[in-house]
Amino acid sequence: MAYFTQQLINAITLGAIYGLIAIGYTMVYGIIGMINFAHGEVFMIGAFISLIGFMICAMLGIGSGAVAIILVLLVAMTFTAIYGWAIERTAYRPLRGSFKLAPLISAIGVSILLQNYVQLAQGARPKPGGHVVEGGFNLFSADGFDVRVTWLQIVIVVVTVVLMAGFSWLIAATPLGRQQRACEQDMKMASLLGVNVDRTISLTFVMGAALAAVAGAMFLMYYGIIDFFIGFLAGIKAFTAAVLGGIGSLPGAMLGGLLIGLIEVFWAGYFSSEYKDVAVFAILVLVLIFRPTGLLGKPEIEKV
Amino acid sequence: MLEVREVATFYGAIQALHGVDLDVAAGEIVTLIGANGAGKSTLLMTICGSPRARTGSIRLEGQDITHLPTHEIVLRGVAQVPEGRRIFPRMSVYENLQMGAIVADPAHFQKDIERVFEMFPRLAERREQRGGTLSGGEQQMLAIGRALMSRPRLLLLDEPSLGLAPLIVRQIFEAIGRIAREEKVTIFLVEQNAYHALRLADRGYVLVNGRVRLSGTGRELLANPEIRSAYLEGGHE
Repeated sequence: MAYFTQQLINAITLGAIYGLIAIGYTMVYGIIGMINFAHGEVFMIGAFISLIGFMICAMLGIGSGAVAIILVLLVAMTFTAIYGWAIERTAYRPLRGSFKLAPLISAIGVSILLQNYVQLAQGARPKPGGHVVEGGFNLFSADGFDVRVTWLQIVIVVVTVVLMAGFSWLIAATPLGRQQRACEQDMKMASLLGVNVDRTISLTFVMGAALAAVAGAMFLMYYGIIDFFIGFLAGIKAFTAAVLGGIGSLPGAMLGGLLIGLIEVFWAGYFSSEYKDVAVFAILVLVLIFRPTGLLGKPEIEKV
Repeated sequence: MLEVREVATFYGAIQALHGVDLDVAAGEIVTLIGANGAGKSTLLMTICGSPRARTGSIRLEGQDITHLPTHEIVLRGVAQVPEGRRIFPRMSVYENLQMGAIVADPAHFQKDIERVFEMFPRLAERREQRGGTLSGGEQQMLAIGRALMSRPRLLLLDEPSLGLAPLIVRQIFEAIGRIAREEKVTIFLVEQNAYHALRLADRGYVLVNGRVRLSGTGRELLANPEIRSAYLEGGHE
């Protein structure tokens, strides 16, 4: 029981990070119907900007963990959002209205470009950093096993829940969110009502990138080490989360992220940690075969 | 109000409009009738810049709008009730109306939505219902209401009577007449239902294969034997 609880706590933390990345996949798919395969690299960029941010904070002597985290999150969100905007503007928008595979191929190109760019700029060696929140407490002990919750895990889950709640509210209740949903449902009609569709699509990329930046910051703090290649695996796992939850569905991305976190951690905890990625990708295959619309997705209805 | 000159529109290599000329003066109700595939909807969409006219020009209140992006044309006072209504299916009636008000002054919102609900009480009853679950007639009312929310000066309507029961068709045409009279909105109405459209309209044009074949007042066109045999006989009231 104690072991199970410990795994559950770890799984929720990891699921939070995947969920934040998955939102970016699902939103972009919802609005322009493409999988942004560069999104994992956007997350990686966010992690590196966070690393630099934490180093600058340390240099400036900002001792308080909370202040450093807030500053770093803001900086990482801003700069990563600029990356997200620039990627859409240069690599996808010129291809809009082209054949369907074109932006997908472009996305893979962007992904390779960003990996190599970071490898060149930051070096290929893994970089440690982000150790700002230390410690934790014992929840309970049983069977000679201490169930431990770290403060960092609490920070990660709280930040994620707050961001997801805020983001859901933004989509459901603000004019901006309404315009976004309108573009998702009928882009041409939205433009006939005066929505600037290009701007709305840009904003979708900006928001997805900002959330990925938060995930990157938390990944850095959680694992304490990053390299230029982390975006690949985390990106595909978050993509799996988005597909599992139902691609295009915002609550689906959150649920999918949580479930992928659970599957990965429990597989590693009870079966084999070497095969945890295999378990996650087996889920991707199974969902695509048996329930391609995912758990909360709606079947695509062809418009007449 | 609206001047369309020599407009030619293409879908890829296929030419849909072959140099269309027409005018709509402020305060008029002008109708465009024609068979399926004549290019009626294409003309309305071309006025809104999607697709764009390849040659020719479109002027709105004297200003050239041929090359403006769609959302800026809308900002200049054009609203469209498009073919197939295009209600946002997963948004409530209320949210659909909010979408209509994007380019309008938010200070008018409450007044305008009450006006729409007064014109179409069915929409008020269903304000929290999802657009996709409405009946065809209700969707048409919502599409017209949504267009009115922007306080347009020029309202483009694309076959508002299509697929609706005769009673609903009459209601819709009554509403269009009211909009023109009471809201002082200029109306350009595309219809296959020539009888209703020509009776309502001040003037009409007949579009055949992407060209304007005939024009005249609504009364003249109703009396024209060519129109009678092609568009009126066989089924309409």
